[in-house]
Formats: sequence, C-alpha cells, structure tokens
Amino acid sequence: MDFGGINPIILIATLMASAVPILLAALGETVVERSGVLNLGVEGMMIIGALGGFVVAVATGSPFLGFVGGAVAGAALSLIFALLTQVFLANQVATGLALTLFGLGVSSLGGQGYNGIKPPRTGPLLPDALADLPVVGPILFGHDWVVYFSIAMTAVLWWVLKASRVGLIIRAVGESHEAAHALGYKVNRIRLMCIAFGGAMAGMGGAYVSLARVPQWVDGITNGQGWIALAIVVFASWRPWRVMIGAYLFGGITVLQLNLQAAGSQFPVWLLPTLALLALAGDIILREINGKNYSDLRKVFYFFATVNALQLLYLSWGKWIPMPVDYLSMSPYLITILVLVIMSAGRRGTANGAPASLGQNFHASR
Amino acid sequence: MKRRNLLASAAMGLMMATGAFAQGMDHVKACFVYVGPIGDGGWTFQHHQGALAVQEKFGDKVEIQYQESVPEGADAERVLTQMALGGCNIIFTTSFGYMDATNAVAAKFPDVKFEHATGFKRDTPNVSTYNARFYEGRAVEGLIAGRMTKSNKIGYIGSFPIPEVVMGINSYYLAAKKVNPDVQLSVVWAFTWFDPAKEADAAKALIDQGVDVIASHTDSTAVLAEAAKTEGKVIGFGQASDMAEYKPSPRVSSVIDNWGPYYIERVGALLDGTYQQADIWAGIKGGEVLIGEITEAVPPEVKAEAEKLRDDIAAGTVHPFTGPLKKQDGSDWLADGATAPDGDLLGMNFFVEGIVGDIPQ
Repeated sequence: MDFGGINPIILIATLMASAVPILLAALGETVVERSGVLNLGVEGMMIIGALGGFVVAVATGSPFLGFVGGAVAGAALSLIFALLTQVFLANQVATGLALTLFGLGVSSLGGQGYNGIKPPRTGPLLPDALADLPVVGPILFGHDWVVYFSIAMTAVLWWVLKASRVGLIIRAVGESHEAAHALGYKVNRIRLMCIAFGGAMAGMGGAYVSLARVPQWVDGITNGQGWIALAIVVFASWRPWRVMIGAYLFGGITVLQLNLQAAGSQFPVWLLPTLALLALAGDIILREINGKNYSDLRKVFYFFATVNALQLLYLSWGKWIPMPVDYLSMSPYLITILVLVIMSAGRRGTANGAPASLGQNFHASR
Repeated sequence: MKRRNLLASAAMGLMMATGAFAQGMDHVKACFVYVGPIGDGGWTFQHHQGALAVQEKFGDKVEIQYQESVPEGADAERVLTQMALGGCNIIFTTSFGYMDATNAVAAKFPDVKFEHATGFKRDTPNVSTYNARFYEGRAVEGLIAGRMTKSNKIGYIGSFPIPEVVMGINSYYLAAKKVNPDVQLSVVWAFTWFDPAKEADAAKALIDQGVDVIASHTDSTAVLAEAAKTEGKVIGFGQASDMAEYKPSPRVSSVIDNWGPYYIERVGALLDGTYQQADIWAGIKGGEVLIGEITEAVPPEVKAEAEKLRDDIAAGTVHPFTGPLKKQDGSDWLADGATAPDGDLLGMNFFVEGIVGDIPQ
C-alpha cells in the first residue's frame, strides 16, 4: 500500500513515536497552566530531563530507570521555579524564561563527557509477532512502552481534569485562586505539585529524545521542542485530547514532509478539495445527529463552500504538483496552528478557554 | 591647545597601532563564533579543535575567546560587534550564514581582522575567507555508497540549499553513479544545521524509503544514531568530525574538517606581522579535508578503490567534476575532459543530470 511513494502505515507508526516528546511535555504543561501557573521553562526542563535520563540510563544500564531519572531531573528543576514563584512570588514569565536558560546551561555543563556514548536501547514493548501483523501491527503494537504511556496519560489527564475531584480542585485554583483559598484549599501547595508534575512530564519527554528518538547525548538536543509544546498547549485550548491532536499533527507533518522529500514525491492537489468536502459533510452530519439549527449565514457559507470545493475538485482532479521544499518545511508549524485555531474558533462565551488566573501569583495575605 | 594635543596624541596612537600590525604583535586575542554547541560532535566541534590547536601552539601569546550557538542573522552582528569592542584582534566566523554580518561589522572595525568560513564576500581589506574542498571527500563517500548499496537507493540529508551543500550532493552522486549506473539519489532538506531530532527524522524518512547508504551535511551525530538502529542494514558517514564512536558500522568512513593548521597559520601571521587578506580553498591535498578510516564493514577491494580515489584527488590526477557533464535540465555544463572551474563550484545552484528533485530557491 503506497501513496505517492509513501507508505501511510509506516508514516503513522513513525509519527506516533516522533510526537512523544512534545506530547508528554505539552500534557504536563497543560496541568500546570490549568492550575493557573505559566511555566515557560518547558524547554529547560526537557533538556535537563534529556540529560538526567541519559546519565541514569548509562549508569544503570536500564532505559526504564533512565526515564524515571529524566522525570526526577525535570521535576527537580521545576521545583526551583516553584520555589521562586510560589514562595518568593517572583514573576512567572521571567522566572520561566530564566529556567530555560538555566536548564540549557546546566545540561551543557553536566553533559561534558557524555558525548559519543550509546545508551541502552529502548526496544518495542510487545513481541515481534504482534508487530509484524499487517496494518495494525506497526501502528498499534510496534512501539516502545513510552508511546503507550503518552497515549494513556492523555486519557488519564482528560479524565482527571474533567471528572475527578482532584481535577476540580486544580481547575478551581486555576480559575479563581481567591475563591479556592476561601474554600480552604492550599493554593500554592496545589500549584507546587502541579508544577512538579509538569516538570516530571517535560523531563520524561526530554529523556525520550536522548534515549529513544536520537539515542545519544549532544548539547542542545531538544532544540526548541519545549517551545513547540508550549504553543500547542495554548492552541489546543488547554484540553488533553486536543494537545494530542496538536502534537500528532506537528509530528506527523514534520515526518510527512521529510518523507515527501525523500520519496521525491509530488503533492496531490485534488486531495485538498476532497478533504474540504469531507469536512463539510462531517460537519453537516454531526449537526443533523445533534439536531442543531442552521443560521442563514451558515447556510450561505455551506452553499458557497460546497460549490467552490466541487469546482476546485473538477479543476484539480488527478493533478499532482511538485511541492516546493520551502513550503513543505514550514508546513508543520502552519498547519498545526491553523487546525487548532479553527477547532477553537466558533466557541463563543468561554473565550479561548484560558484559566482565568493564569500567570498570576497568589499569596494568602491579599 | 589642549584639544590639539589630544588630537595629536590620538593620531600618534593610531599610527602606532597601525605600525604595530606591520611589525607583528606580542599578544593576539583570537575569537571564534560558532553556529552550534561545541558538543555537537561535528562541525562546531572541529572548529573548536582548531581553536584549541592555536592555543596549544602559541600558549601565552594568544588568548582564545569563543561563543557557541550564535544564530545566523542579526544576532551574529551583535556578537561580532561585542567581540570587536572587547579587544579581539582576529575573529573567525565559522558558518556560511554569518557572511553579511561579518562584512558589516568588519567595515566598522578596520583594525580587526575577520576570517569568514565558507563565504565568498570580502568587502573590506580586513575580511578574508577560507574554505575546504569538502566535495573531494564527498566523492570518496559517493564511491563507497555506489559500491555498498544493495537497494540502489542512496540518500543525502542537506542542510540549506547553498552552493557548499549543492556541490557536495553533486559530487557524491557523480562518484556513486560512476561505479553503479543504477544508483538513485534521494535528497532531503532539513533546513537546519543542528537539530538532532529533526536530523534523525530525516534519516528515518530516507530509511523508510528504502535508502541504505546515507550521507549528511548537518552537524550532529543523530543521523548515524538513527542508522545504527537498523543494526547494519544502513550505513553512513561521519560528517565534519570523525564520529568514531559509530565505527565500524554504521559509520564506514568520514570526511573530517581539519581547521587547526589554517588557524595556526593565520594567527601566527598576525603575530609575526606577515598577515595578508586571503581567500583559501584547500582540500585533501592541503590537509584541510581528511578521510577518516574506512572500516572493515567495507570489503577490502572497495576500500582500496576508495583510497586510490582519495590519493588521486590529492595528487591532482582526478577531479570529482570532470566532463562530459550535463546539468539536471539537460543543458551542457562541462565538455569532455574539462574540469569544473572554482567559480562554477562556488556559485553552484544546480543539480547535475540524473538527480531527481528541485533545489529549493
């Protein structure tokens, strides 16, 4: 099964692995921000986790302990942030930025002597027989345990934030720390735990880079993935499943554009109007199922969108154009932002979903 | 009166300063601007080895200063200005993207010498450029790739579409094609010099496409790390640095940048007063490009063939770009027996015939 020289099964399997660092870090940051804390130090915590995980894995020979080490290192660094912002009430933005610089510097220093060492291999979790099954094998069964962990964490965090008491407390603290305080919750203590959790997740994401994705240590190995994670949290309106969509989109399109280049492949133009028509149809079906009304504006929009898409489909049917590499390489950023923005648009009232107390410090004396 | 005195002494000072250049200097502060971290294990690491060689050679007479991970662009100009103000006598800017920043700052500091790696602009007399003929090493890699590939698909991870990289791709392909007419080359542009995760992804994409020999023009060891995951099915080459930790496979050979001798020569010239503006482009012969050990993963006859090519290039009897050659669009480039003039190479913005895909503009 090939699509313009690209095997979609291998592509999906690859993107699931390549999205793990960003997904883990972004999930952690989601919890942190839902509790009302803006920690911009994700990149710093990731790279400390990458180094910590690498060092522990090399020292113990166990990749699993490596990931634990990465999580501990990330959490430890985040506690510096927690101390400064929750106890000394320092500015969160400045402290977060400083944390990134600090993490990059410390990891560069601590990583001296670890260049060129190979860490123990993080192999697939399930036996090869399962991974060799057609289609589902590589996608569902061929991964290492961290990939499954990241997906499980998405589900767990979604449930915790949405339906559990802990999630309610975290959200209360993030929406209105004064009200939460008045109810008797220890705002700063809860936030501190969220920060540590976010640090551990970012550290684990970093460890995935240095232990599984690029199994080696070099300075600056995470190279800005923490910033991507931060952006995804915002564009995903602080919701775990959307964070996952964002991370997979970004990872997927990054992998896809490299594959398109490697295959010397061309871009199927006709796919765009086809996708637009499918999206329209999906939207209409969902509205019918939910029994929602159509405003006049929406009807007009649907009509013209359908006509235009059909026209474009007619014009472009069967056409493939060579994709300029420049556009391909910027596409992961553009498409991820575009899709997440479109998903968040149109929901009026709840604004953009940002926690109301995001980035504000709290002290009980106020 | 006072003011005149001041001006006079300033003029005296200037004369002494310029005079000092002609007579050599007692002490030189040599500064280096790096595009990545020293720990990249590749490009920047090798430049830093060169800087360390200067320090070792001249000891107390030379002070070394460097800055890592300086972005190409406006930031570089700031860093260069700071270095020039901070008393650097000679500044080495070690990436193509520093070209405009180097020339802009050099115009403001005529007494400071600037040395720009892999560039071609020398707007003021205090800017020199230096480069190495990496394409000679690429030819040796290409020969090994053509002989070693089983799928007849070979890959190349490009950083940015600049002449430096394009000529490496062409040289690699031509050498592979010569020994294996069925060979197909896939080029992936990473649009970064240093991003281990992305470099690994690019290598993975090539491997997924059935490529089994990968050369790269990015700075880290991530490509070899990715190839190592295939347990011997895919081989690659050390880039810029020897990357010996991936011997004997996937790293079967390497192109090593050896900057030390050049840096020592230039700083030495500044010390003894013989410094002049220059445009250096040496290769295997001059020792700036070294071919790392070819490992036992390569059969002995291929190894011998590759070593012969290396020696022939060094002796000048073989040029990687020898006609008849056509450009990708089918137009003629080199006539039968002609070799590529340096000008063509330094401005190279086309693929040779047989390579599929476009160069991003």
